[in-house]
Order: sequence, then structure tokens, then C-alpha cells
Amino acid sequence: MGQPNPTPAQVAARTTPRGVDRSVGEPVSGAESIVRSLEAVGVENVFGIPGGAILPTYDPLMDSARVRHILVRHEQGGGHAASGYAHATGKVGVTMATSGPGATNLVTPLADANMDSIPMVAITGQVAAPAIGTDAFQEADIVGITMPVTKHSYLVTDPDEIPRTIAEAFHIASTGRPGPVLVDIAKSAMQERTTFSWPQELALPGYHPVTKPHAKQIREAAKLLATARRPVLYVGGGIIRSGASAALRRLVDTSGAAVVTTLMARGSVPDSHPQHLGMPGMHGTVPAVAALQKADLVVALGARFDDRVTGKLSSFAPHAAIVHADIDPAEIGKNRAADVPIVGDLREVIEELVPALQAEQERVGKPDVEAWWHQIDTWRETYPLGFTPTADGHLAPQHVISRLGEIAGPDAIYVAGVGQHQMWAAQFIRYERPNTWINSGGLGTMGYSVPAAMGAKVGEPDRDVWAIDGDGCFQMTNQELATCAINDIPIKVALINNSSLGMVRQWQTLFYNQRYSNTDLHTGHGTVRIPDFVKLAEAYGCAGIRVEHESEVDDAIKRANEIDDRPVVVDFNVSRDAMVWPMVAAGVSNDDIQYARGISPAWDRED
Amino acid sequence: MSRHTLSVLVENKPGVLTRVAGLFARRAFNIHSLAVGPTEHEEISRITVVVDVEEHPLEQVTKQLNKLVHVIKIVELDAEVSVQRELLLVKVKADAANRSGVLEVVELFRAHVVDVVPDTVVVEATGTAAKLDALLAALAPYGVREIVKSGTLAVGRGSRSITDRALERVRSA
Repeated sequence: MGQPNPTPAQVAARTTPRGVDRSVGEPVSGAESIVRSLEAVGVENVFGIPGGAILPTYDPLMDSARVRHILVRHEQGGGHAASGYAHATGKVGVTMATSGPGATNLVTPLADANMDSIPMVAITGQVAAPAIGTDAFQEADIVGITMPVTKHSYLVTDPDEIPRTIAEAFHIASTGRPGPVLVDIAKSAMQERTTFSWPQELALPGYHPVTKPHAKQIREAAKLLATARRPVLYVGGGIIRSGASAALRRLVDTSGAAVVTTLMARGSVPDSHPQHLGMPGMHGTVPAVAALQKADLVVALGARFDDRVTGKLSSFAPHAAIVHADIDPAEIGKNRAADVPIVGDLREVIEELVPALQAEQERVGKPDVEAWWHQIDTWRETYPLGFTPTADGHLAPQHVISRLGEIAGPDAIYVAGVGQHQMWAAQFIRYERPNTWINSGGLGTMGYSVPAAMGAKVGEPDRDVWAIDGDGCFQMTNQELATCAINDIPIKVALINNSSLGMVRQWQTLFYNQRYSNTDLHTGHGTVRIPDFVKLAEAYGCAGIRVEHESEVDDAIKRANEIDDRPVVVDFNVSRDAMVWPMVAAGVSNDDIQYARGISPAWDRED
Repeated sequence: MSRHTLSVLVENKPGVLTRVAGLFARRAFNIHSLAVGPTEHEEISRITVVVDVEEHPLEQVTKQLNKLVHVIKIVELDAEVSVQRELLLVKVKADAANRSGVLEVVELFRAHVVDVVPDTVVVEATGTAAKLDALLAALAPYGVREIVKSGTLAVGRGSRSITDRALERVRSA
């Protein structure tokens, strides 16, 4: 600006292609360039399966001293393993697959990672460049297919582009709001000669995530937080992605506010913290749901006002002013208008908010939240999280999961599938550290648990990693037990086997007149047990333990914890009639939460 | 519902249009018209997209577009401070009996005849959507046989260029 317009010649001179200068860098094949780039970017583990179009890359990969490749049994397992690895470590998870069906099998893990903001890079082989677009054998337009479910994607046909593309992919996956990036590389580009050099300059003129929050908005947020009488910190998965748990703890203590942690944020604030009310939402605790409904200020930190949290949006937190901090500007105001929008990295936001709040409190005094806590404590006393014994004499799944949490403890990592067992695991295990609770929140991917637990165990080999899975979920991805057994990845699986697609069955019980259409899986007590999970575990080289009585629960967990030379599957045969409570039915107001079936809290009418 | 014109400056890379169009589809935003072309800078393409949205979703449209890695800059161009034009090509029945009537309409709207055969003419016109609608209405009685229209193109009035700063970004990246 203010400069004279460039002449056409000047423009032309500046716009020469930014390709790699072949005069610098080592001569290598495209395939070697891929492996060298992965090494240079710091990749330690790759979960993948070879096939025709990616084959050239697997040859130099065999010689890499720095990259461990773990051969999975299904590409979906590879993708979820990369996700579990990223969840547990905060590093970028990497998965590799061939073209066509190999790549399309990655669609679910990519969509899952996209919904849960997981840093992940998927490298796929593509048919040779001249064959692209000809419906060649094992050709699929995976860039096109995954465009709606990735943060970004690349198709590489020029081997010179490989190092920069991989550098950009890892940068995009891990910065800003993290997410999955797909790099699809033509087989011909792997076979051609090129040069490799590192580091690479990124060419991303349109990518500038804002991490530093606006000082004025921080002051506004501090003012509201200093004077609110019924404040709630609504903490989402962004806190975990930004590594902001320690900072958050100071905000919790300084503010005196109530805290709720969403399904994606469990563990970001210790469950033992006295201001922590647990999980909000469809299966949240009554105090967490009620506090949001009655709050005069909600400070959303890396949370996105998901429908499973808000219930009927128009009646969510109706009295509250909203402070909404997120690294993704598009989340702010998407579902609920924000009074104070803050765009920035959560850790930076909170680190600036704490001193601003302290300064404000020095000016106006500590907020008067005594009445608020009196109210909350009443809810906590009246509506604690609990469960009723089963009527059929079979194990209560909530008891199994509670005991697992108590025996395996807060240092273990818990990885759930999707359904009733996931909700119970979110409710009844007490999390004390971030990155210890791993699950598929946004997409709700059944089958997530076993492969994600495998990835978590690879990333955190010294911790006990417990997959808490359902009998439905487990049958979608249990083949990765083979990967675990062969590669010395001794995960433990607590199979909450109710012989049913339990959550669907619960909805059939509640909303479809107990007509159990297609939810019986025949895997539990008194059935044909197809498959027999203990035999299945043994067939996969794992230890298998069956538990049918309450008296066996503790011993089985302890025995499983002692086995470290192979994976363990504990088949807990539980009652199929157990239900997840509390519950806000889909589409209704959070005010209509049911503590147990047919029991709704009587709210005082003061407001 | 209100209509907004967005100028979206994007990196000139394969697949960018797909990403932009796909985003509109999956976020359930309505595209009224779309025009894409090169700019004075080889690295930058310009997409002019006209959307029908409420004020609040418009913010979502621009925020979601901004998340696309290849999108460099988005500017909303208000009708009052920008020039907005569409191009229309229309094939109209025009034989010896009514050709002079058709040509009179063409003249009135400062349009051009770009092809003539004994029973038909092709008329080319540029202008605002309202002007082109009026032209089509005036031609309708003669028999319109084929219409083809471009998306809206828009540029801000005055000396300021929205590509300057975008270009700096591309160059420094």
C-alpha cells in the first residue's frame, strides 16, 4: 500500500514457482523423501498398512531407525490408534494407508479426529499421476472424499513438493485448533527422483491462527467474573488440547466459580476439586446441569455449546451472560451469542485472565458467591451421582466401572468406545489428570476404544491403559488385539458386556415402548455367546477373564493389572437393563433433566 | 433474508473452488451466484459470491471461509460503495417483422447484438441484476429462446485495492 503498482515484468519475476531448488539437498527417491520428512518432523510412531500405491514408501520405511511402524489389521484401527496416541501425548498422530479402499477406510477416523480437534496426519498412497482420473485399480479421490472432514488436505504429484507438504501438514495439524490433515501422494511421485532438504519454508499465506487474546476482552471478562453472583466455568476439550490444565486450576481457585467439565474435558480439572461439579449435558450430573441453568455468568473455555451439552438451545443457561474463549473464531457465536468473545489459545487466555481478575478483585473485593455455593451444595446433597442395584441379579455395570477407576487409579489412562459404557466411564471414574480420559465425543464412533487404547499405550508405555468397551463396539474393531499382542502393546480391555447395543436399547426402553428392534447381540450370560469373548481373547494371544458375579470384580481387575506381557480382556457380564442416569432427553430443555426414570428435580421458583 | 456480496481472495491452487463451494453446501448456506477468475496477481484468484443469509449466519459464513487454509482474505462489498455487474447473453426471436422492435429494446438498454441469423439475434448486456431483469422483461414478448448469465462481479469504488495486502501475505509466506 502506498507503493507504486508493480509492472507486469516485476509481477512475473516474483511469481516464479516456489519449487525446491534442485541444486541444494540430497538426491533421493520420492519415497525416501517421505520417510526423511517424517523423521525430520519428529515422527516416532506410524500406524498403518501397506498396499500397492504406498508400497514404494514402505521400502525405505523398513530402514528407518527413528520411525517405528506398527502394522495394524484395518486402516480404521490405524487411524484411531493415531488419534489415541495424539490424545494421550499431545503429539501429532500419524497413520498410513494405501490408495482406494485403504484410504476410504480412513474416512471414519479422519471425521472423528476432525470433530474432536485431534492433531493427526494421514499419509495415503494414490495411483500414479498419469492414471489419476481414469478409474484406475484402487483409485479413489480421497482428497475429495475427505474434504468435509479434514482440516486441510494435499494431493502431491511432484516429488519436489514432498518435504514442504509434509512440513505444512504437521504444522496445520498441530497449531491453531488442531485437526486431521491428509497427504495423498501419487505412487509416481514416490518412484521419481528428487532432492531432500530440511527445514522447509512453509507457504501458508491464508493460515494465521490467532493465539494471543485481545487485552480489552480479557478485562471485560475479568470484570464480569469479579462481580458475578452465580458464575460457572464451562470447560471443554480445548483446555486439554492447549495444555492449559495447570493455568485453569489457578483460574478456578481465584474465581471461586463452579466448574463443569464436558465429556471432552474430563480430567482437565481434578474431580477431587471441591468446586468441580462434574460433567454437564445429556448425561451430566444434576448439579452441573442445574448450575449452568441457574448461572448469571457462564465462562466457556474451549467448549462449543454442543447440543449434547445445551439440550434445547433456546432454554440453555437463560439467565447467563456468556464469556466465550476459543482458538477457533468460528465457534464463538456459532450456537450461542457471546457477550464477551475472546479468540486465543486457552493457556494464553487464562494466563492473562488470572492476573486481570486478581486486579479487578483488588478493586471491587472478592465476589459474594456464598449463596450460590449454598444452593449448589443443596443440589449436590440431594442429587449425588449414583445408581440402583440391578433387578435381575446380574452385575451392575456402574459398579464394575467404579471399581475399575478405584483400583486402576488416576494414573491409568481410560479409553472408551461409544454408548452406555462410555457415559458410565465418564461419570463413575474420578479423573485427576488431563489426557487420562480418551473417547470419541463429537462423532460418537463405535469401535473407537481398542485401537485408540493401542495408540495411547504406544504413546504412554509406562501407564496402564484400560479400554472400557461395550460388546457392540468391541466387535467393530477387536482385530487390533492381534496388533497389540504381536507388537508388545499390553492394553487391558474391560468389556462391559450387556449382550446388547445398550444405549440404543435404553432409548427403545424409554421412547419405543420397549420394542427391542435389532439390539440383541447374544454375547452375554445365558446366551449362545457368539462370540465367546474369553475364547476370542485367547485366540488373539491375549489373556481372557470372565466375570459374572460381584464378588469376582475386584480380583479380576487386580489380576488384569498384574498381567503385563500381553493384552487382557475382562468380559464383565452385566445387566442389560441398567440405564444411564441422569438424562436430558434429546431436544428438551436442560430444566427437564431426569435424575432417574420419572424423577425430575423440583426447582425453586425464585427466578 | 438479505443478500450479501463477498469478495474472497484465494490462493490460485487446484481444488480451491471445490473447497469453497463444498463449505457452503455442508454448512447449509445458500449461494445465489458465484464467479471465479484470475486477478492482476498470478498467485491470487478472486471468488465473488453472493449469499442469501441473515446477519448472524453471514458472520458464520465468513468465519468458516476464513478457516479454509487457501482463503487469504474476505471482504464484504456493500452495494452502495461498490460496482456490481452481471453479464447476460440472451437469444431472442427476431425476424424481419419484429427485428426493429428488438433492436430498439437493445438500444434502450445500451446492450449489443453479437450474433444475427435471419430469425434470431443474440444480445449481450452487462449491468446490475435489476437492469438485466428489466431488459429480459422487455424482450420477453418477442420470444426468448435461451438465457445465459454470469455470476455477479463486484469491485469496491475508489482507489483502494483489496488485493494489495493479500499479496503481501502471499509474498512473505
